[in-house]
Amino acid sequence: MSAVHGLDLRLEGVTKVYPGVVALNYVSLQIKAGEVVGLLGENGAGKSTLMKILGGLIAPTSGKIILDGQRYDAFDVKQSQQAGIAFVHQELNVFDNMDVSANIFLGRELVRGPLRLTDRKAMNKMAEPLIERVGAPFKPDTPVSTLSLAECQLLEIAKALSMNARLVIMDEPTSSLTLSETNMLLKVIADLKAQGIAVIYISHRLSEVEECVDRAVVLRDGHNVGVLERQAVTHDAMIRMMIGRELKALYTPPSVPATKPVLSVKSFTIKGKPDRTASFDVMAGEILGVAGLIGAGRTDLAEAIFGVGDKLGGDILIDGKQTEINSPADAIAAGLYLVPEDRKLAGLILEFPTLENVTMANLPAYTSRGLVSQKRQIAVAESQRSALSIKTHDVRRAANEMSGGNQQKVVLAKWLSMDPKVIIFDEPTRGIDVGAKAEIYGLMRSLADRGVGVMMISSDMEEVIGVSDRIVVMKDGLITGELPRFRFSESNVLNLAVGKVLEEA
Amino acid sequence: MQKKDIGLGILIIVVGAIVYMRNPLFLSPINLGNTANLIGLFGLFAIGQGFVIMTGGIDLSVGSVIALLGVLFVDMVGKFGVPWPLAVAIIIGLGVLIGLAHGILITRFRLQPFVVTLCGLLIYRGIARGYTAESTAGFPFGSSYPQLEWLTIGRSFGVPHSFVAMLIVAAVMWVVLHHTVFGRHLCAVGKNEEAARFSGINTRFVTVMAYVICAVLASIAAIYFAMFTKSVQPSSHGNFYELYAIAAAVLGGCSLRGGEGSVIGIVLGAVLLQELQNLVNLLGIPSSLNFAVMGAVILLGVLADQQFAAYRTRKNTERALGLLQKP
Repeated sequence: MSAVHGLDLRLEGVTKVYPGVVALNYVSLQIKAGEVVGLLGENGAGKSTLMKILGGLIAPTSGKIILDGQRYDAFDVKQSQQAGIAFVHQELNVFDNMDVSANIFLGRELVRGPLRLTDRKAMNKMAEPLIERVGAPFKPDTPVSTLSLAECQLLEIAKALSMNARLVIMDEPTSSLTLSETNMLLKVIADLKAQGIAVIYISHRLSEVEECVDRAVVLRDGHNVGVLERQAVTHDAMIRMMIGRELKALYTPPSVPATKPVLSVKSFTIKGKPDRTASFDVMAGEILGVAGLIGAGRTDLAEAIFGVGDKLGGDILIDGKQTEINSPADAIAAGLYLVPEDRKLAGLILEFPTLENVTMANLPAYTSRGLVSQKRQIAVAESQRSALSIKTHDVRRAANEMSGGNQQKVVLAKWLSMDPKVIIFDEPTRGIDVGAKAEIYGLMRSLADRGVGVMMISSDMEEVIGVSDRIVVMKDGLITGELPRFRFSESNVLNLAVGKVLEEA
Repeated sequence: MQKKDIGLGILIIVVGAIVYMRNPLFLSPINLGNTANLIGLFGLFAIGQGFVIMTGGIDLSVGSVIALLGVLFVDMVGKFGVPWPLAVAIIIGLGVLIGLAHGILITRFRLQPFVVTLCGLLIYRGIARGYTAESTAGFPFGSSYPQLEWLTIGRSFGVPHSFVAMLIVAAVMWVVLHHTVFGRHLCAVGKNEEAARFSGINTRFVTVMAYVICAVLASIAAIYFAMFTKSVQPSSHGNFYELYAIAAAVLGGCSLRGGEGSVIGIVLGAVLLQELQNLVNLLGIPSSLNFAVMGAVILLGVLADQQFAAYRTRKNTERALGLLQKP
């Protein structure tokens, strides 16, 4: 193997402004050959923006990148590759219709002879030491379709090494790995370090970070909140730095205390985590916050409850009665509604008029003698418009002409025009401006006060703590804990989200 | 050879054995020669279609291209006295242009392959009919082109040269698909275009080339068909041929989602289709049921393949779980 020459990379004062959002605010980072730097932060703290800048996918608004003493205002993809920066993504980019060595050399195939045919023998031969370096059990000619997820990760690392990577950036590499696979990956990281390769390790799993990094850089709301040196990298120190912002008062208490469960979920199994089950209750009249880090399985859980996809196991009780839910139609019939995470994909038909979107789920109610009465549709849409103060002057206009907040209200109007018992909100205020957020919170509270069980999945800590009456925290398909209102705190939620057990208060 | 190809080969042999037992004429030299000729003709453009399908696209214009270029070829050689090598070069050149047009409309203008080539199907057929004013294009009485005829409809040791031509094309395309950088990139683009682009592959070029290959092979097939039928009836010549090509490619293991397929599979698919046509003739099944038999067999084949694939996935999962459970 050719010796890679040492890396010295510094980011200074890097700022990235999107319309309306400052994603990164004067962030600095430094990494040298043979160092492992952990990059930490809550969802939305700016980690991925920073990585995209290093990968050359986006250019910073201001600030500089200094690589081996040379200064750049921005990187492009090519410069980043030439600098030896390689990514191992959370979502894998392997081609499962090819073998291992074809994946490693994709886009840089070795050729031989005047016909420039691919030289498989040479590629296999060159792949072998790379595979050995990452300690993978497969061979160059193993079809990728037979590899496990962990093996695909190793393949991606081998690919990075083949490009003479000097810096490997791993984004949540262990989020779908088992414990033994994770340990194997940590060993590979130690090997890379010994070989003089730098690693940026992004993970929500603090114990792994604690184990493998030389230094941890913490981001919060796009700011650099600090650097922890090796001996200072501890669970508590990391969590303390990741949180630590004043929460605005959002909370309005329920008018009547919640008493009986309207939805009980018993030993529910979700996609991708067949050996884990989740059980919890949603009370009539309460807002239950569901917290957890991205990838904890919250959306999968919500979709499974709503009957999307195959049911894997578990029971649902509505008002104490066992209810079979095998499809969204069953869920809707039982009064269980979902306001999905991706509003534009699953919540609305954007090109359809507001009135169609509002009445879509319950069209038979608007028919007379088999024909849909637009008059009745308009009447209901109009009443929802004034009840939710949806800002459109004509309910016959398409939903895509509205702002995100108003679109979200249309999704809500669809369910409110029927008779909800439980509404699951999945990231209800993502991409919505502050004013509309407050309105949505108000609507949730008034729903709860009408006796509806409201379950709110949110990755926004301020929202979870500020709006919920009770919080359950999920990690890897398991409910790791439940917090009553008086125990709400960012550190409690975050500790549960990373799988730490809380001391009893 | 992939497992799929072996399965298809076995199916061909089994069907052949059954037909032979019911009617021994199946293996007579005349029948074999005629069937081989048809396999050659249809196999030529099915291979091209397979390449397009592997990118996740489709080319519906193949039959019309064969009609239009067939008409032009017959007229050039028969009516205007263009020397045949030049005429062949012009026809192939037109094939390149048609493929480029399709590819560029799809990649640069971001139109859907189905729409672009559906329009092609209508346009080329329309031009062929308009140009000939619906009359059949044919060679003048008594004309003869010995070398061209040898190359296209000649036979060596009873083997039709169309079949030989198809084998040569298949061999070349097999090398292109499985042993060139372009071939690897084609599979990558078909599987995951986004990720392929991020791997530094020129995905537009790869896609355009697939359509060029398809149209060029269709133009070569057009010459072979024109020489075989001797006259080209512009409204019916080549009708439904794109569907034969798609059927052969799908039977041969190409996924319409892209990224999967093999040249051997496509050729075997073309063989099976012609074998089925032959079966209908030899077993005295009314030829009006021709399409019904073909449709039913393709459906069964694809269904069986799906089941095998599911079985293999299950096996793999079990293997992986077995590895996990070991301490």
